Amino acid sequence: MTEISKKDRMKIPRQAMPEQNPLERKNNFLEVNLGYTEELAKLEALRCIQCPKPVCVEGCPVGVKIRDFIELVAQGDFLGAAAKIKEDNVLPAVCGRVCPQEEQCEIKCVVGKKGEPVAIGRLERFVADFERQNVGIRTPKLNPKTGKKVAIVGSGPAGLSCAGDLIQKGHDVTVFEALHEIGGVLIYGIPEFRLPKEIVKAEVDALKDLGVEFKTNAVIGFTDTIDELLETEFDAIFIAVGAGLPYFLGIDGENLNGVYSANEFLTRVNLMKAYRFPDFDTPVFDVKGKDIAVFGGGNTAMDAVRTSKRLGAKNAYIVYRRSEVEMPARKEEVHHAKEEGIEFLMLTNPLKFVDDGNGWLDGVELQKMELGEPDSSGRRKPIPIVGSEYVRQIDMAVIAIGNGSNPIIQQTTPDLSFNRKGNIVVNDANMKTSKKGVFAGGDIVTGGATVILAMGAGRTAANAIDQYLKDSNW
Amino acid sequence: MYKIKHAEFLALDIKKFVIEAPKIAKKRKAGQFVIVRANDKGERIPLTIADSSIEDGTITIIIQGIGKTTKELNAMQTGDFFLDVVGPLGKASHIENFGTAVCIGGGVGTAIAFPTAVALKEAGNKTISIIGARTKDLVILEKELKEISDEVFVTTDDGSYGFHGFVTQKLKEIIDCGEKINFVLAIGPIPMMKAVAEVTRPFGIATVVSLNPVMVDGTGMCGGCRATVDNKTVFVCVDGPEFDAHKVDFNQLMTRNKMYNDKEKIALNHFECNYDIAYEKAKSEIYQ
Ligand SMILES: Cc1cc2nc3c(=O)[nH]c(=O)nc-3n(C[C@H](O)[C@H](O)[C@H](O)COP(=O)(O)OP(=O)(O)OC[C@H]3O[C@@H](n4cnc5c(N)ncnc54)[C@H](O)[C@@H]3O)c2cc1C
Ligand code: SF4
Ligand code: FES
Repeated sequence: MTEISKKDRMKIPRQAMPEQNPLERKNNFLEVNLGYTEELAKLEALRCIQCPKPVCVEGCPVGVKIRDFIELVAQGDFLGAAAKIKEDNVLPAVCGRVCPQEEQCEIKCVVGKKGEPVAIGRLERFVADFERQNVGIRTPKLNPKTGKKVAIVGSGPAGLSCAGDLIQKGHDVTVFEALHEIGGVLIYGIPEFRLPKEIVKAEVDALKDLGVEFKTNAVIGFTDTIDELLETEFDAIFIAVGAGLPYFLGIDGENLNGVYSANEFLTRVNLMKAYRFPDFDTPVFDVKGKDIAVFGGGNTAMDAVRTSKRLGAKNAYIVYRRSEVEMPARKEEVHHAKEEGIEFLMLTNPLKFVDDGNGWLDGVELQKMELGEPDSSGRRKPIPIVGSEYVRQIDMAVIAIGNGSNPIIQQTTPDLSFNRKGNIVVNDANMKTSKKGVFAGGDIVTGGATVILAMGAGRTAANAIDQYLKDSNW
Repeated sequence: MYKIKHAEFLALDIKKFVIEAPKIAKKRKAGQFVIVRANDKGERIPLTIADSSIEDGTITIIIQGIGKTTKELNAMQTGDFFLDVVGPLGKASHIENFGTAVCIGGGVGTAIAFPTAVALKEAGNKTISIIGARTKDLVILEKELKEISDEVFVTTDDGSYGFHGFVTQKLKEIIDCGEKINFVLAIGPIPMMKAVAEVTRPFGIATVVSLNPVMVDGTGMCGGCRATVDNKTVFVCVDGPEFDAHKVDFNQLMTRNKMYNDKEKIALNHFECNYDIAYEKAKSEIYQ
């Protein structure tokens, strides 16, 4: 098989990934994508022409050895492939599912210049699932213990990747998490149908097996301060608390009953399992047969709107003030949402929420927009069309326009530098903050970004922390 | 897991829990709260820390059994465990020597006002406490408040104990008698806090209330606890829970707190059908 010529390889079409039928899946929370079979994975892996200089790797924020793992897949050595990926990525089953490969590795892939790129993400996912399902996640060898202790604050992808690297380097690692479960946005934000929680748990368990300690219910700043952690037990700290402070639109009626932030709506459903109420105690607005609108165009908006459809919403809309091309959500998510019957109201901006007279949401006043000149973000600026206002009746609204920075660490760590937006200021090369021994990375530094960028930051920090623990240089 | 070192009913449906949580005990200040989750299917609910002991490594919380979750919590006993207790959350009460301070607690709000009353007294205030309850059996912490207050008044709606009437009438009486009040803290049902705000407003007496919206995380991440204060949206869990009573939109808070009323009925029903044994046990304990 491996003798196959480059030309023949190029002839193989990109293999589609089996998925649940849209008509069925819009009524359940089971995973949408079903993953490759062994045959499909091998066939897809053969499409990789094994470039001498694999440009795909340049697109990967953690530098997964893409060419090498794909070669192992083509040879049928799936466990070898898993080990290869895990040299650089501690959460492959997660990343294979939620990374925007289409704008990272796959966009660089040489095969993609003429046809469709190698489906790197789907292969990564297959390999990680194969290992977990067949032999369980295998853990790498650890370096001898150094006796140094590192505290990691926040258990999202940034914290987890940093923990994974540091424990392998021989340091003791304790992760502090404010919530009662480990995983950050992977647990409370991204829904079950896109990222089953069991998979996050399995990857977290693998870290536990390596010896990473996890402390839940620990809000750093309150339960312990950064200074106390440094003074009492730890030689270095990595702050990875994410971007958790939801923005609202700032329009009238936003505090009416029935208006949620995406964080609240998704946390109720994902973390607290409101979709299984009353077996689980936490409720969420009952959308059965109701009309709902989600404001925003990112992954969070797609997750919220598709969740509401699964909870039984009659009509579920995405309301976005620019056009579809400007939407930051992954193409795959938009495509899946459309298949599930989500309606897209593009170039539409909310002006105010309408009260039903009893404090509950009854509708939203909308205004049509048109695109003008590009703004500072490079995207064409939406301009209101005067006189286009109209009211649409809705029963529930979800605001998914992004997150600011949570103020708790800032308020309790006086000598840590923050910028005007509340993000921690770091040196990008090593994630060092203004405070000796304290590093930071992920969404708290960049503002809302991606899982893999957060993981990349965790990895950069782990290397710098390792160095700092050796030489104490700041 | 957080062990319940001691649990006892203080009054009908009002139960006191002393919980092992050494870190929180050491850190907490008056006015702060914890988020508690009883078990892995439970809701996260905010509960004010009523007291703590650094030596024993414990915090005290007082729970009124109203809905499913609080009734379920109140069915738990000495030796049981809460799955999650996180805190201390929220901002501490602003304490200074104002001069004369009146602390008003309505119902279980008395437990929430208690630690702040202690702190106000320690700061040198002349401290007057008013405990309001529906009826005599529901009066809590009278003895404890007497120990730390210069004066304590009890009011009951039905006149079965103390002053017959509402806390606001008592407060008005104190003001009318010429007592120069510099600060009022009122914690209890929303209508009570709203009414207290209206009593003190014309006199310009600084008045603080502790808000009790529905919460999820308690760390500022979800925005579910938002309220309107001074025409601006606040997140009560991180910006509060205490606010200037004269600036709070109480009507909105009341409406928002009713958001899950229908669900609450379903949950309670579900609970009482499934857990009637635990529930009955809790009830029988009350009447012992
Ligand atoms: C709904 C949704 C969908 C998304 N979809 C995608 C996607 O498909 N692909 C993608 O790449 N990215 C996606 N993202 C973005 C991605 O999830 C984030 O960029 C990433 O999770 C950031 O990682 P982090 O480790 O910096 O922070 P987080 O994942 O936010 O984790 C931070 C953790 O720190 C905890 N914490 C906060 N404060 C404290 C404190 N004081 N003490 C202790 N712990 C604290 C929090 O509870 C949280 O668990 C999505 C985001 C959301 C909200
Ligand atoms: S760029 Fe594409 S073809 Fe080349 S090594 Fe990477 S995945 Fe394979
Ligand atoms: S409870 Fe979630 S922000 Fe306050």
